[in-house]
Amino acid sequence: MNKIKLTLAATGLNNTDNPGPGIPVIRSIKESGDFDVRVIGLAYETLEPGIYMHDLVDKVYQVPYPSEGSDSLIKRLEFINSVENINVLIPNFDAELYTFIKSSAMLEKMGIHTFLPTLEQLEQRHKVNLPEFGKQYQIDVPQSKPILNHSEILSLHDDFDYPLMVKGKFYDAYIAYNEEQVKMHFNKISAKWGLPIIIQEFVKGTEVNVIALGDGKGNTVGAVPMRKQYITDKGKAWGGITLADENMLALTHRIIKATKWRGGMELELIKTTKNELYVIEINPRIPAWVYLAVGAGQNLPAALVKLALGYPVKPFEKYDIGKMFVRYSWDMIVGLNEFESLSTKGEL
Amino acid sequence: MKLKKNIAISESGFVFDPNSGESYSLNPIGAEIIELLKLEKKSDEIQTTMLKKYDTDAASFERYYYDFIHILEQYGLVEKDTSQG
Repeated sequence: MNKIKLTLAATGLNNTDNPGPGIPVIRSIKESGDFDVRVIGLAYETLEPGIYMHDLVDKVYQVPYPSEGSDSLIKRLEFINSVENINVLIPNFDAELYTFIKSSAMLEKMGIHTFLPTLEQLEQRHKVNLPEFGKQYQIDVPQSKPILNHSEILSLHDDFDYPLMVKGKFYDAYIAYNEEQVKMHFNKISAKWGLPIIIQEFVKGTEVNVIALGDGKGNTVGAVPMRKQYITDKGKAWGGITLADENMLALTHRIIKATKWRGGMELELIKTTKNELYVIEINPRIPAWVYLAVGAGQNLPAALVKLALGYPVKPFEKYDIGKMFVRYSWDMIVGLNEFESLSTKGEL
Repeated sequence: MKLKKNIAISESGFVFDPNSGESYSLNPIGAEIIELLKLEKKSDEIQTTMLKKYDTDAASFERYYYDFIHILEQYGLVEKDTSQG
């Protein structure tokens, strides 16, 4: 098969100890062998490591934060597209998805294809709405409640037993054993991610995850379950292993079928000692550990690009069980001129 | 007692449970017993094999054998086989 000529734009180049999925997504697409690809990195900050990985990213443009509104983002993308002629764009941050989904029709007009969930799907699975989601689709979810101020913390013991989880609307989750700890985490998370803060029942068990891709018609294109083997103090997987858990796969297929999920997804689950599965979060994008799925035989980012371009994609039927990933850190030496170029011209 | 389906055992006695993602290392005797369980040998057959091969008595073997089986149960690596009690 001839390689598909592709100009791919991706965000999430922050390959830090709290990694964005951009670099593993790019690596997966490049290694698939299906594309003759030029990669355009879209960066928010000047020290995102992926900016300087020239073997993976051909050109980098700085883009405005989603908080500046979709108009300034679209304007910047229009300029970038006039130079680069982007075919597919993969946003990799939760916080930017709303803006990109809202702008997807406009992007399409510019010739930039995306493969994202709908706004309704995005909202439905939001941490704040997870209890409703569980009820609607008969899925076990921990009891949770959004709170907006300190006074609500005092009455939490009416609905929750300690310990409980304190979570940000996009990122961050901490366990709290008493009211004081809830207050402390409330302040820390709200300063970073805003309100509401989500209080969630603590479910005891092993944290397991599934990466999946839905075709938007109810079909699961691929799904790989994983258990984190090494977790950083930020709760991120630094090592993991693929599992053979039929229940996890069945749950994933059920959620994708019921929601007609479109795009990448990560299910965060707790498996109790009785083998019950609780959905604690549904992330509406490809997770940073995606390269494990690729290593296990399912190149989901490459499949996502094909779906975005309208190519038919055959669902993956298997993956290697017991395949592991171990993450590592690597120091790159960067010339000041490169840093200067991105800082002053917004391009590298 | 039956070893759960899918449990992978290497020649060196490394056990991988694909359902939980856990892995364990066994000493050579443990590995031998697991291999016999994998072949669906019953407890008395395993005992006969081991007593023939090693210089030990039935009481000592039973004590360590059931300790070992209890650990396998705790880790969820075996399931009760109703056919053998």
